[in-house]
Amino acid sequence: MNMTQQMLSNEALQSLQEKFPEGMQIIGEGAQQAIVVEDQYLLDMMNMLKNDAAYQFNMLSNLTAVDYLDYLEIIYHLYSLPLLSTVTIKTRCLANQLIVPSVTAIWPSADFQEREVYDLFGISFTGHQDLRRILLPDEFKGHPLRKDYKMPIQGERGA
Amino acid sequence: MEVKDMAAGKQTEDEFIKKNIIVTSIDTVLNWARSNSLWPLSSGLACCSMEMMAAAAARFDISRFGYEVFRPSPRQADLLIVAGTLTWKMAGPLKRLYEQMPEPKYVIAMGSCANSGGPFADSYSVVPGVDLILPVDVYIPGCPPRPEALIQGMLELKRKIQNPDVGRVDEYDATNAE
Repeated sequence: MNMTQQMLSNEALQSLQEKFPEGMQIIGEGAQQAIVVEDQYLLDMMNMLKNDAAYQFNMLSNLTAVDYLDYLEIIYHLYSLPLLSTVTIKTRCLANQLIVPSVTAIWPSADFQEREVYDLFGISFTGHQDLRRILLPDEFKGHPLRKDYKMPIQGERGA
Repeated sequence: MEVKDMAAGKQTEDEFIKKNIIVTSIDTVLNWARSNSLWPLSSGLACCSMEMMAAAAARFDISRFGYEVFRPSPRQADLLIVAGTLTWKMAGPLKRLYEQMPEPKYVIAMGSCANSGGPFADSYSVVPGVDLILPVDVYIPGCPPRPEALIQGMLELKRKIQNPDVGRVDEYDATNAE
């Protein structure tokens, strides 16, 4: 890991844990370290991470999702340009209730990335102003990166 | 020479040629002109377009055949080279480009993806063969085809334009098939 990619320090993580005693969990270590937060605390924590002088994560460098069958995990990679540090935030939603608060009000760059996650995973971001498909055609049926997605028969295998 | 002499067939073809006169049909002349100066649309979808650019550049130089005038506007082009993977999202815009081209117009499907979807034939997002949405004149195999293959494809298209019978496919008669 080079100097421009420092993980958030342990002290900073501890003080964050004190501010969110419940609904927050630190998993992994080193470059794999991540904070798992419950979705009702997500926006509060994201606001603090961006605006608090101790964190200053002013850049959302990546937003993606993973399907674990029972639940889906949304992953935010934050980067602080003033402090040159990085942190990974994760939140989870159940497969039968795919609703997560949108962070577009905090980082406008989340707009397209949340649309992509909605397009491919079918997760609804509450508070997103323009949540529609971005990569696939508007009339596309289903969300193809979900594990339970079934390909309609076409092409070489088609009848 | 008088018109009545022609009607009587008094002059043979050899005598016409001696006077630098060739008798032909308007269609043949137009097809001869079209086939020798195709104006392709500068459009590329994926890696095949790199080979298309190489074919247009100095080393392979399709201007030797009169095909180098890549047009930035579909209204000035009469050849659509579908060079690369066509997704369903892109299918609409590509079809619109094709519709914007003036007649007569021709389509070359370049590479495996344009022919059949290639390695992505079973994908949820890729059109398995552009002939599902466009009438293709020439298919060029390869992944991607070399510039020589594109040149050969364009020469095949030239042959097809000059001899429309080459590309004529008789309607499939299911009643006689076993």
